[in-house]
Amino acid sequence: MTNPQAILELIDVHTYYGNIHALKGISCSISKGEIACLIGANGAGKSTTLMTIFGVQRASQGKILFNGKPIQDLKPEKVAALGVSQTPEGRQIFPRMSTYENLEMGAFLRRDKDEVQKDLEWVFSLFPVLKDRMGQLGGTLSGGEQQMLAIGRALMSRPELLLLDEPSLGLAPKLVEVIFETIQQINQDSGTTIFLVEQNANMALGISDTGYVMETGKIVLTDKSSVLLESEQVKKAYLGE
Amino acid sequence: MIQQELKKLLVYGVFLAIILTPMLGFRSTTFEPGRVLKTLGIFMTILVLNIVVKFIRSQKKDDGKKKKPWTEVIGERINRYPKVYTLGGLLALAFAFPMFADNYMIDVGITCLIYVCLGLGLNIVVGLCGLLDLGYIAFYAVGAYTYSLLNLTFGLSFWAALPLGIVLGMIVGCIIGYPTLKMRGDYLAIVTLGFGEIVRLVLNNWDSLTAGPNGLFGMKRPALYYPSFGEDGFTWVTYYLKSLPSLYYFILVIAILTMIGVRRLDNSRIGRAWIAIREDEVAAELSGVPTIWIKLLAYALGAGFASVAGAFFAAKLSYTNPNFFLFMESCIVLCIVVLGGVGSISGIVVAAFVLIAAPEVFRGLENFRMLAFGGIMTTMMILKPEGLIPASRRRRELHADQEPPPKD
Repeated sequence: MTNPQAILELIDVHTYYGNIHALKGISCSISKGEIACLIGANGAGKSTTLMTIFGVQRASQGKILFNGKPIQDLKPEKVAALGVSQTPEGRQIFPRMSTYENLEMGAFLRRDKDEVQKDLEWVFSLFPVLKDRMGQLGGTLSGGEQQMLAIGRALMSRPELLLLDEPSLGLAPKLVEVIFETIQQINQDSGTTIFLVEQNANMALGISDTGYVMETGKIVLTDKSSVLLESEQVKKAYLGE
Repeated sequence: MIQQELKKLLVYGVFLAIILTPMLGFRSTTFEPGRVLKTLGIFMTILVLNIVVKFIRSQKKDDGKKKKPWTEVIGERINRYPKVYTLGGLLALAFAFPMFADNYMIDVGITCLIYVCLGLGLNIVVGLCGLLDLGYIAFYAVGAYTYSLLNLTFGLSFWAALPLGIVLGMIVGCIIGYPTLKMRGDYLAIVTLGFGEIVRLVLNNWDSLTAGPNGLFGMKRPALYYPSFGEDGFTWVTYYLKSLPSLYYFILVIAILTMIGVRRLDNSRIGRAWIAIREDEVAAELSGVPTIWIKLLAYALGAGFASVAGAFFAAKLSYTNPNFFLFMESCIVLCIVVLGGVGSISGIVVAAFVLIAAPEVFRGLENFRMLAFGGIMTTMMILKPEGLIPASRRRRELHADQEPPPKD
């Protein structure tokens, strides 16, 4: 059942926090170049899924394939080196480093200085406000700017796969729109595959190609995002209609 | 406002008198109010000074102008001259110091420089990597004992023993580092505190190896070798650094090398990784920083620097015993790092001199000199919580493109 187009594949992944069975057999397959989204309520296991993919949380069972290569036993820095990048939940930037240094940390594993400079320009073109804030400490930026910085930092490693953990968290609706438009633009500009975890189901399904719906550690629905947007079940549970 | 402050002062005074009377006033059978009054006097002077400072500040605020803190003013004045002059001046002063100082002052200078090395080493662990280590002095002990034992049992010279001491210190650093990798904050502090005590107790009780509380003595001083062309041809002459000035120059060079080393580490990729871990470990991990290795490296390098200082310490005294490595010493080193401004090299150098020299200056106060030490620490933390010379964030590669782009 392996999908040759898949950049990331999860096969029956289980994760535990101590005794708590957080992921109860997740399977999904994300194709190259698409935007996929994972929606669900608080505590459904969305963030855990991302942390497990990245190796911060160890999967106790199951397989995670990146470009066909198993990565479930790799440490986070090895996963990052393969071309996966993640923005942590809650805009975890480095508060006492400047915007520039934050972005520089994103390129920590890269040695090609000229290309890093190009990517820096690209990030600044995506988020012009970051350029104005270049020398300012990360912790003094506004919420929206911090989210932009977190995404920008993740892009600096020039990832093949970008994992975004709730980019809309705690932002004003207007800013959420800006961020989501930029996410789409990133996908179009560079062809980066994006796996988006969101509570804001409406927005997430609106910009993504494929959607996964998660409930208490399991994926309960998988379909094209446009189909999910129309589905009665999703409407009732997540779109408040 | 003055009335309020005076009221506060009175309350503090009564409170202190109640505490100090039983502590200091009673000596076995006699009651000596003079001792209480003396200490009370010191405290009250500090408090009155504090009020005066507050008063002056409030007066200035009324002018509507915000004055810059004095440290910044001095910093700006220094910055007006090229850095070379400032550094050169300080270096010249440091090298000229033994020429006008007496032996006692040189000895204090040597101790200060040892603590500069320790402070800079701990700065890697606490300041850059953000791991609170309360047992740092253990690595100092490892360095001292490694040199002592190697010199006494195998007759290894200082230079031969030094690399071994550094390696051993780094290994011990990793031994303490490894089990604490997943710990943070308070828990880490407790474990490192315990580890520091373990090392001291082992040294104290392993009689057959370390001679227990008696300590080890008779180690050779560090030696320099220079060529000589005497009657019997070419030979190397050994010159033992026995005099205080020669030892002072020796540790001065070590301290300068440590400063250069720590500065280079600070500006390297590894330094950035350390700061990233301090700021946010998960985010650092997600940026591809191998956190486990980088943290172990912080422990190992910090321990390595302490080990060098320890070896010098043992060689200088030609004696070592476990009581040199009490928990109090770890505290003082930590105080140096915090007081100097976490992560700031120049701040740590200044703080080391302030904290090591201050108890000497207050020697006249006899038993109360630690009290004065505490007073200085408390006052400093109230007036300048960010440290004497706060670490300035590096502003690299921020030149022209820092200007805001034109708005269309």
